[in-house]
Amino acid sequence: MSLIEFTNRGIYCKQGNFYIDPWHPVDFAVTTHGHADHVKWGNKNYLCHELTKPILKQRYGLENNVQTLPYHKEININGIKLSLFPAGHVIGSSQIRLEYKGEICVVSGDYKVEYDGISTAFEPVKCHTFVSESTFGLPIYTWEQQELIFGQIKNWVKDNNHKGKTSILVAYSLGKAQRLIKNLAGEYPIYVHNSIANLNEGFAEVGIELPETIRITSEIKKDELQKGIVIIPPALADGRWVKSLQQPAIGVCSGWMAVRAGRRWRSADAGFALSDHADWPGLLSAIKATEAEKVFVTHGSTAVFSKYLNEIGINSEEVLTKYGAEDDEIIGEANENPLKEESK
Amino acid sequence: MKRFSQLIQELELSNKTNDKIAALVSYFTEADDKDKPHVIAMFTGKRPKRPVNTALIKQWAIELSGIPEWLFSESYSSVGDLSETIALVLPPAKNTIEKPLNQWITELAQLNGETDEVKKAYILNAWDSLNTQERFIFNKLISGNFRIGVSNKMLVNAIAKQNEEDSSKIMHSIMGKWLPNEITYKELIAGAHVNTDNSWPYPFCLAYALETEPENLGETNAWQAEWKWDGIRGQIVKRNGELFIWSRGEELVTDQFPELHFLKEELPDGSVLDGEILSVKDGNVQSFSILQQRLNRKTINKSQLNDAPIGFFTYDILEFDAKDIRQEPLLKRRLILVDVIKKLQTKNIVLLSPVIEFDSWEKLAELRKTSREINSEGIMLKKLDSVFHTGRKRGDWWKWKINPYTIDTVMIYAQKGSGRRANFYTDYTFAVRDGEQLITIAKAYSGLTDKEIKEVNSFVNKNAIEKFGPVRTVKPELVFEIAFEGIAESKRHKAGLALRFPRIARWRKDKKADEINTLDDLRQLLYSTL
Repeated sequence: MSLIEFTNRGIYCKQGNFYIDPWHPVDFAVTTHGHADHVKWGNKNYLCHELTKPILKQRYGLENNVQTLPYHKEININGIKLSLFPAGHVIGSSQIRLEYKGEICVVSGDYKVEYDGISTAFEPVKCHTFVSESTFGLPIYTWEQQELIFGQIKNWVKDNNHKGKTSILVAYSLGKAQRLIKNLAGEYPIYVHNSIANLNEGFAEVGIELPETIRITSEIKKDELQKGIVIIPPALADGRWVKSLQQPAIGVCSGWMAVRAGRRWRSADAGFALSDHADWPGLLSAIKATEAEKVFVTHGSTAVFSKYLNEIGINSEEVLTKYGAEDDEIIGEANENPLKEESK
Repeated sequence: MKRFSQLIQELELSNKTNDKIAALVSYFTEADDKDKPHVIAMFTGKRPKRPVNTALIKQWAIELSGIPEWLFSESYSSVGDLSETIALVLPPAKNTIEKPLNQWITELAQLNGETDEVKKAYILNAWDSLNTQERFIFNKLISGNFRIGVSNKMLVNAIAKQNEEDSSKIMHSIMGKWLPNEITYKELIAGAHVNTDNSWPYPFCLAYALETEPENLGETNAWQAEWKWDGIRGQIVKRNGELFIWSRGEELVTDQFPELHFLKEELPDGSVLDGEILSVKDGNVQSFSILQQRLNRKTINKSQLNDAPIGFFTYDILEFDAKDIRQEPLLKRRLILVDVIKKLQTKNIVLLSPVIEFDSWEKLAELRKTSREINSEGIMLKKLDSVFHTGRKRGDWWKWKINPYTIDTVMIYAQKGSGRRANFYTDYTFAVRDGEQLITIAKAYSGLTDKEIKEVNSFVNKNAIEKFGPVRTVKPELVFEIAFEGIAESKRHKAGLALRFPRIARWRKDKKADEINTLDDLRQLLYSTL
């Protein structure tokens, strides 16, 4: 008997009577990470990593019914041994390891293999059944090392600064934004949108230290912004506020930017292929490292990726889920919670 | 090659003409002089002989990347460009080389006539020494085909700006005969290999669309009415024994239309004609889709000459007896034009575009309804006392086009686009109802906003039946209004009829799939137009 089954509410563990990242309200939800396609409001109880807790609080107002765990600590739920392992996707992101009578299943949520300097580094976990994403499950996606990409971004900012243009980086509020802040801090002041500033405050409360950033308010003059780096979530990239800035230059940070069509589609001034998901070699190495006998592919290039896994001798099956709903949009690597406050 | 690679990136990131021209100007200011003629040749489609064929290149890329062919195809349909797909799937390069662009091009040309082994060794070595963006450019150099939204006109404007030269002079110069490794950039700009004094065209006079009732234009006898033709606006220049044909985009298209070359002998020196390049068979104007077979071709074969013979319907004369007569009233220019055309010995190729006789606006409106019968798209109204304006000017010339036909259809297949739209389902097939069945009636891809395309795209992703390959069958649910210019019987199509220029007019979110038109509706339309 399999440890998990795929139901119309989400991934269900019958023995433990809990769901992992359900998309309809349930009694007990184990949450891999804080992106909106993995967290639904309205579950009775949540279990997540310690560092995901401030995210659930900031973004969804969840607090009292949230239980937390550190990485590697095992708890027992109806005989199921449950533990969390770092997924390297965003701060707090976890793979969920389940063990029952020697049978091991790991649900990865979203993951990336490269260490990004801020999210706890991905750890492969040996298991019998592995549930993987495949957002970038095509051999055209091979990321460059992030140092190279940050070098390109820094040069771009410098050039904009020199030409009197305002550098605006488009990045998801949770994950990509903190990664940019951590890796770009130093030369220029970094201005962030409310949704990012709020999350950063939440992280500060649990002891995650991020370099200093400035919350964007109406008091900040446009020529100050021109001299710094502005980070905003994708929802605002086409908005009026951006157009009102001094010679705005928009740089989109997303894995989709690896392909020319993606860059042109966004009509960005620059595209940086910086992703929080595993690339093709990353997906393959992660899956091989699990030594799993069965791999379920949940979202992204599911059909293609699972066909390929079968061809190289890894028993695989694609599963229809509601994760990555935004991933077919060129801008999306995860759902963004609609912004409560629009910056002026 | 770095500077060229930067140019390509700049050109691709902007869709604003001014940005592109600025990028070209700075390229032509900064780049190696030896590279420039190669770049001009490439952008104007002067392609060198392809040294290695596509099938081999693809085969080597698959071999090197170690992925199955089906996976390469899936990758290609996501990327939408073969050169780019190859650049992306190859394993990372182990070496680096920096060579100037002209050296790469020269070395590639030298591969012609070599064995496949020699070619393969050269290409694999290059792939292993270039980064992804450089590989992409290298692959494009092999195919010689750069389609990055730079028209001849844009290129010419940039070069003209950089050199403070007249753009029609530059156009003539680069459209002339020259080889990139035998000419310097300076010589090319100076037009040393051509005589640009003979070729220059006049700016076209353009009309606005008539948005009111023609009654508001006043008395009918102040106006000349002509059919509005759906072809390529053209200007024929004959000076000092040389003939030049310019298109509306101010591109030289002389070589594309050999049928008109007799004018070199027959049209008097110092003449410039304005008119429409059309396909004309037995005196009848054929539809634009037939003319299309003849456009932008480097070579023309016998059957194309036979199926789509070219004619020129002329309606104005701008220069006569080597004198600019654009300030003369239309009435007078027309008399001169009639005389010039009458004197041509070769008949039935260059024809006077007929003037429509009418004595009331109602009568003209009636005649306008018959436009489609002669493959015209409506009526042109020109004031008899009007001069030939430069560009678009309100008041003297109006186009009074007929409205397109429309039907409501449902989308049944979707396919990913190419180029900018490669990651999205943008090419759709539409059907009408035939009893209980749906029957394909048209394929179209234009007419939706980016936002709507995204919406349709996510519908296709959720409702597709197939998972592999380029075409997706989708649940017949989305209703689109299709506009088209005409309808004809067709044995090739299952529906037994074919629409002319179908395009998406709008997305009918207010309609359900059971409210679409039927095949019978279309058959009735067909019979009523026969």
